[in-house]
Amino acid sequence: MMVTRRAWSSRAHPGLRRLVALMHKEWIQMVRDPSSILIAVVMPLILLFLFGYGVNLDATHTRLGVVVEDPGPEARDLVAGFELSPYFEVRLATDRRELEQLLTAGKVRGIVVIPATFEAALRKGSHRPDLQILLDGSDPNTAALVEAYVQGVVANWSVLRSEQTGSTATAAVAADRLWFNPARTSMSFLVPGSVAIVMALVGTLLTALVVAREWERGTMEALLATPVSGAELILGKLLPYYGLGLTSMAVCTLFAVFLFGVPFRGSVIALYAISSAFLVPALGLGLLISAATRNQLIASQLALLSSFMPTVLLSGFLFEIDSMPKFIQLLCQLVPARWLVPSLQTVFLVGDLWSLFATHIAVLALFGVVFLFFAVKAMRRQVA
Amino acid sequence: MRQTRLVSLVTKELLVVLRDPRSRIVLVAPPLVQLLVFAFAATLEVRNVHLVVLNRDEGAAGVELVHRLQGSRTFASVVPVHDPGDLRVAVDRQRAIAAIQIAPDFSADLAAGRPPGFQVLLDGRRSNAAQIVFSYIAEVYATFVAERAAPSYRITPTPRLVPRHWFNPNLIFRWFMVPGLVAIIAQIMGVLVTALSVARERELGTFDQLMVSPLRTHEILLGKTIPPVLIGLLNVTLYIVVAVFVLRVPLRGSLVLLYGSSLFFLASVVGVGLFISSLSATQQQAILGAFLFVTPATMLSGFATPIENMPAWLQSITVVNPLRYFLVITRGIFLKGMTAEAVAANTLPLALIAVFTLTSAAWLFRHRME
Repeated sequence: MMVTRRAWSSRAHPGLRRLVALMHKEWIQMVRDPSSILIAVVMPLILLFLFGYGVNLDATHTRLGVVVEDPGPEARDLVAGFELSPYFEVRLATDRRELEQLLTAGKVRGIVVIPATFEAALRKGSHRPDLQILLDGSDPNTAALVEAYVQGVVANWSVLRSEQTGSTATAAVAADRLWFNPARTSMSFLVPGSVAIVMALVGTLLTALVVAREWERGTMEALLATPVSGAELILGKLLPYYGLGLTSMAVCTLFAVFLFGVPFRGSVIALYAISSAFLVPALGLGLLISAATRNQLIASQLALLSSFMPTVLLSGFLFEIDSMPKFIQLLCQLVPARWLVPSLQTVFLVGDLWSLFATHIAVLALFGVVFLFFAVKAMRRQVA
Repeated sequence: MRQTRLVSLVTKELLVVLRDPRSRIVLVAPPLVQLLVFAFAATLEVRNVHLVVLNRDEGAAGVELVHRLQGSRTFASVVPVHDPGDLRVAVDRQRAIAAIQIAPDFSADLAAGRPPGFQVLLDGRRSNAAQIVFSYIAEVYATFVAERAAPSYRITPTPRLVPRHWFNPNLIFRWFMVPGLVAIIAQIMGVLVTALSVARERELGTFDQLMVSPLRTHEILLGKTIPPVLIGLLNVTLYIVVAVFVLRVPLRGSLVLLYGSSLFFLASVVGVGLFISSLSATQQQAILGAFLFVTPATMLSGFATPIENMPAWLQSITVVNPLRYFLVITRGIFLKGMTAEAVAANTLPLALIAVFTLTSAAWLFRHRME
């Protein structure tokens, strides 16, 4: 094995030979400290697992307090509606003070008050009886969901009631069709996000750490003193981590598709093209951070701030960019992952849409060139 | 004597982190930037989204409904198109999150008392936001139909819901996000700074020097525990100041309770950091290990999605997650003016977790040194 490598290397271009030697060195380092390989394989699995089971944006079994001030049969019927709903776990009380304490403690998410005048108002039929809901506004999401579910239970109850009383009214309901994700599984749109997160972790954080360590220990200077050219050095560093980034992307995709049943409607080539385009700025940023800081603690903090957190929060996979304030929207445009996530979502859920991919790949390549340019500049300055 | 040894070790540890002006900045600036940016970015509200609409209706009602949609503040634009293919392209290219089709006989049906045809096509790549958008559109549609419908076509009378939101009457999303972010950023910093401190000494070889010094093992441990807790408290102070004075989040509860519980929370996460630290030989391993802990701990804390939505077996795992309790405390103290009793009920598990993580870190520490 060694002999053939030597035989090959003696014939190859010296630059290429040096590049291969550098990559070989990097590979040995990776194998010796397998934490980098571990993170590239284990992290995608943890993320998929958490997105599969831990993140559920639909509330079921929400604890709801119901205060029944009206002892009549209509009120009892409505309470039964709440108790039978799969969305709620109901706690009954006749005095609202009892439940208000639970609301403050976060033990119930909302309280529905059926007033003493409820049945009388219904029977009169002249105006709509009021139902008060007290909601825990400290969590606006859950508050909105609980309100919508309460609305649903009350609407159902009224329809049933009007059928019983013989009225023939029907409600106008808008029809919706959810393209690309008819089952509405949150997994399907969270997976592209987790692919982006693991590539940001491997591409930027890991690269920044590894190269910062070389600066910290002074081995980078030693490498620069050898006949290795700047381009060879950078390629020798980046190519192994590019490979690792693609590996973790593949792990993530394979498990998502075969274990969690997420659809994959595009082509593998498109997936690789988009991912590669993202890894260029990710790796460039990692290199830039390490050359500028030469310290693993600082490098990890900066990588966290400039790559990991923006990928989670500003890429549009969890939070809608359109809904953010204007200046944050501008900031989002500077996050490479913001140009990756829509393409990834498309390749998973829609199919190949090259007109969309081309623009995003071009933007990512531009980011890559800019980051690499500054990385090289920072490395030169360090040596001088 | 022992007292002064410990004090000098703590001083040395603080100096290591705080002497370098760059690491001073790094310990303070990135967390603050995160707090400020993410307080505004992390919103699950849906606003300013774009729609396209294909109005095939021959009557006036369709046009009126389009105007009604254009008047809504949820939608930044409602662009009319004239071809069904354009609907598809707009959604595919993500120029619009939803596409609306109004049926040819919309006005006629409305006048005749039949439910008028109206379809909404949504981008399932963003299914969450899309469903929220749909509920807005459906509401506009239902209200419009109810108002314009012929007398024979009545909507069922339902009891009127009168919602009142406690603690956050205007449902300002930032109020919800910021106390959570304070807890999460404190967690990341606590774990990371601690995990790196021992690993760095190992990597540089100074850990051996520390061990041959007259310092006892428990002194070394205390010397490695106290500084990150102090730095954490300093950071928490900074976050509270920014949250209250810059981000204008109300602080209704007791500051003393907040600090008291922070102490236990920081002790528990520093214990985790120390545990990771004693397992890792290099800083790289320490940082990656910290990530392996922080990511699941954050997602299983109830920060983004309530714990009661998770499957039961996963809920029981979250019982050992310190962030889970501290989130209840920060949100409770900031927004609800939580009582001392309730804070204590959530601080007790934190204290237990802290005792567990710190002692097991100490055990592992001793174990690995022999």
